[in-house]
Amino acid sequence: MIYLDLFLGFLKVGCFAFGGAYGAIPLIRDVVMSYGWLSDEMLTYMIAVSESTPGPIMVNLATYIGSRQACFLGAVIATLAVVLPSFLIILLVTALLKTALKNKYVQAVLRGLKPCVIGIVLATGIYMVLGNCFGSITAIKANIQAIIITALLVASMFGYKHFTKKKLSPILLIIISAAAGMVIYGI
Amino acid sequence: MNILLDLFFTFAKIGLFTFGGGYAMIAMIENNCVERKKWITHDEMMNITVIAESTPGPIAINCATFTGYKKASFIGALIATLGMIVPSFAIIYLISMFLDNFLELTIIANAFKGIKIAVGILILDVAFTMIKKMHKKKLPRAIMLCSAIVMLCINIFAWNFSSISLMLIAAVVSLTIFVLGGTPDQKGGAKK
Repeated sequence: MIYLDLFLGFLKVGCFAFGGAYGAIPLIRDVVMSYGWLSDEMLTYMIAVSESTPGPIMVNLATYIGSRQACFLGAVIATLAVVLPSFLIILLVTALLKTALKNKYVQAVLRGLKPCVIGIVLATGIYMVLGNCFGSITAIKANIQAIIITALLVASMFGYKHFTKKKLSPILLIIISAAAGMVIYGI
Repeated sequence: MNILLDLFFTFAKIGLFTFGGGYAMIAMIENNCVERKKWITHDEMMNITVIAESTPGPIAINCATFTGYKKASFIGALIATLGMIVPSFAIIYLISMFLDNFLELTIIANAFKGIKIAVGILILDVAFTMIKKMHKKKLPRAIMLCSAIVMLCINIFAWNFSSISLMLIAAVVSLTIFVLGGTPDQKGGAKK
């Protein structure tokens, strides 16, 4: 049943979403792909939309996918499922187990989880950038337009940092990429 | 004003006006809950940030649950968390109804092709930032590298192996090494 699938799928995401919004993206990709809820293409678009609209990215993605799969009720179920684990864990930690996180075994587990999440995010980033530029392993093909846009975006990120000593905000990068896409794919 | 209503609307406001999620929200929560409303102290805010780092879920949700609980126990936690979710839920729900039609316009589809490239770069950039902040020790580096290689293979060759299993393996490996006494503890034992 779709409501149960949505609930369990996003409950899994909520339980393992360490490392902030981007830490959860590989996980959401995993769950969404295994249920076949969205194409890779649409998921990437929605990550950009979630980044450019207010609210936590994870919650935004859950709402969108839920609503696409099973309308309003689906959106409600997916959204509640994704926040339920963190809600319960914080309640437990603040109300009952104030020292649980300082426990040395818990710390040992976390010392394994955190670098693993970083590795997963790194691999996902590399895969997405390479995939955009050179296609997939079954169909390797240099995509000139994508390579040009990638170079342009990386150059603007480093250029901005070099001149202003500040990081280019994600929203600004998305706006630049949208403009570049309109121009370069439009010609 | 009724504390529950106040909690709901304060967090709804925070949810409505913070883009990008995560750390952008901490500043906003600090400003509202610590400085203006004095619901929690600055120290508590620091504590909850540390707890949020070690527990799953969006950091903003963690802060809302904690603050709500402090002010009005369980029902407060529930109301504050709902307040945080409702604005983004409403906005994304509206978008989900129109996005498909919107994407049929060629110029918008082209813009999204560009945006797709930006998303990959953003994720890679976040990974580099996380690596810079990571402990510069052998074990975390080894776990990070192995996970990255396995995950890359999963993606490229479409292996049927979930990232959750990968995380569980990393946790078990780290715990086993700790129990066997292989990890230099916080006090800094001998490195192997």
